[in-house]
Amino acid sequence: MKKPIYLDYAATTPTDPRVLRAMLPYFTKKFGNTMSLHSFGQEAKQALEESREKAANLIGTKPEEIIFTGSATESNNLALKGIALANKEKGNHIIISSIEHPCIMESAEWLEKQGFGITRLPVDRYGFVSPEDVRKAIRKKTILVSIIHASNEIGTIQPIEKIGKICREKGVYFHTDAVQSFGKIPINVNKMNVDLLTASSHKMYGPKGVGMLFIRKGVKIEPILHGGGQESGLRSSTVNVPAIVGFAKACEIAEKEIKKEGERLSKLRDKLIKGVLQKIKGSHLNGHPKDRLPNNTNFWFEFVEGESMVIQLDLLGVAASTGSACSSVKLEPSHVLLATGLKHEQAHGSLRLTLGKWTKESDINYVLNALPVIIKNLRKISPFKGDKKYE
Amino acid sequence: MSKTDSYTKKVIKYFKKPHNYGRMKNPDGVGKVGNVVCGDVMWLYIKVGKDKKEREIIKDIKFETFGCVAAIATSSVITDLAKRKTIGEAMKIERDEIVKSLGGLPPIKIHCSVLAASALSEAIYDYLSKKKKEIPKELQERHQRIEKEKKIIEEKYKEWIKLEEKIHKK
Repeated sequence: MKKPIYLDYAATTPTDPRVLRAMLPYFTKKFGNTMSLHSFGQEAKQALEESREKAANLIGTKPEEIIFTGSATESNNLALKGIALANKEKGNHIIISSIEHPCIMESAEWLEKQGFGITRLPVDRYGFVSPEDVRKAIRKKTILVSIIHASNEIGTIQPIEKIGKICREKGVYFHTDAVQSFGKIPINVNKMNVDLLTASSHKMYGPKGVGMLFIRKGVKIEPILHGGGQESGLRSSTVNVPAIVGFAKACEIAEKEIKKEGERLSKLRDKLIKGVLQKIKGSHLNGHPKDRLPNNTNFWFEFVEGESMVIQLDLLGVAASTGSACSSVKLEPSHVLLATGLKHEQAHGSLRLTLGKWTKESDINYVLNALPVIIKNLRKISPFKGDKKYE
Repeated sequence: MSKTDSYTKKVIKYFKKPHNYGRMKNPDGVGKVGNVVCGDVMWLYIKVGKDKKEREIIKDIKFETFGCVAAIATSSVITDLAKRKTIGEAMKIERDEIVKSLGGLPPIKIHCSVLAASALSEAIYDYLSKKKKEIPKELQERHQRIEKEKKIIEEKYKEWIKLEEKIHKK
């Protein structure tokens, strides 16, 4: 078998060797607790604050407005629950989209059980939320709008700036889950009119176990973890300094490489999309052809089931993922694909291939040769091949 | 989680090189179960012949399946299990035997083995009723159960089924 080809960068990324090197001293030599008064503690504290600055730089803000968490899931939980708890006096209504990551969907559902009102905005066939829908959904009692910046599944990039402007006009806090876009496309929280923003380290070549939440100065928010009062009292827990140092290094690298790498990946992405649609009959692109992350491709194929495709690809050394029900723990197809109007059987045939720093053109060529054969063979086994157009 | 890890080596082997797949010309019986909306569709074809003792046996069997790794592997395994068995023996193949032959299935995929057993019993039912032969009570009950389940799903996904039928006719 050929060397494995990893095309699941949206799930997680390998840690950049430069990141790992930056982290190592903080395990054994500079291991202090940021809360300690002695020199070990102060050394760790300094590394933490320098890291905060690097993370802030990548989204055009000040370090005081950044807190580190244990994951993007935690950041999103804090954003929703923390805002809900702190602004109960003002209202009890929250607006999200119908294509959020499960950690937003589930947090909103939990808040709904606690008596909050949740509006889940629809999306069009490309996965876009309409800014006008946001405007119409905002009520007197609305305290927060949370819309994902770029979809983890279909890569669609939302008109965040416009949505943010509307929220600002209406005096409603605006949060965006930028896990997939952070480090991949330029982000400026001021230009985008965002009050809270979530990011994750392991999706951009940093280590797992660290997330980030930007909280604009003046935003009223309550912590959900109580204890030693770290991170301005918003995230009690001993600070995970090695991971944060790694995350910051990944931010520093991203800032330098974002433009060139974005252009390189966009070209490979477009080559893959064009190749798949040309070579495989009965294939369709999910998401928007242009307004999508530089590293995201997502397709659905008529009469082929996604899990079978993923395993066949894996047997040929290619790592991919699917929104098919058969591969989910709930046996339900991807809520994102269904929200864009795909039918169950269409979502079953979905395949996501996400590119990254170590994706080469030869990898794309390999997939473009392997995938048509896999699909042809699976259709051969399938009862639905009467249609000549696949021959 | 790597999906490969959750399937046994046997499952992957059957999935990679399934036995007895493809359409059968002039089958004696056909069993069609599952539905595209749910993600798994199995069509099982049988040809019935006689062994030396003049007993009716499954002389040939083929399958066509749309579905996940488990659906394809269970389809393949049931054709191996049923081939050359007498009708009476083939009727008794249950999901446990299928799962055992695959060295186990992830719990969430057990329904695929049920589907495969249903496809076979439906194919036998189809054969017996076409030949106007006596259908054992057990098989009749099973057929009714499968039909009932089909109706429940059809009711649930009315609109989608219509589309599916349109595609079948093509």
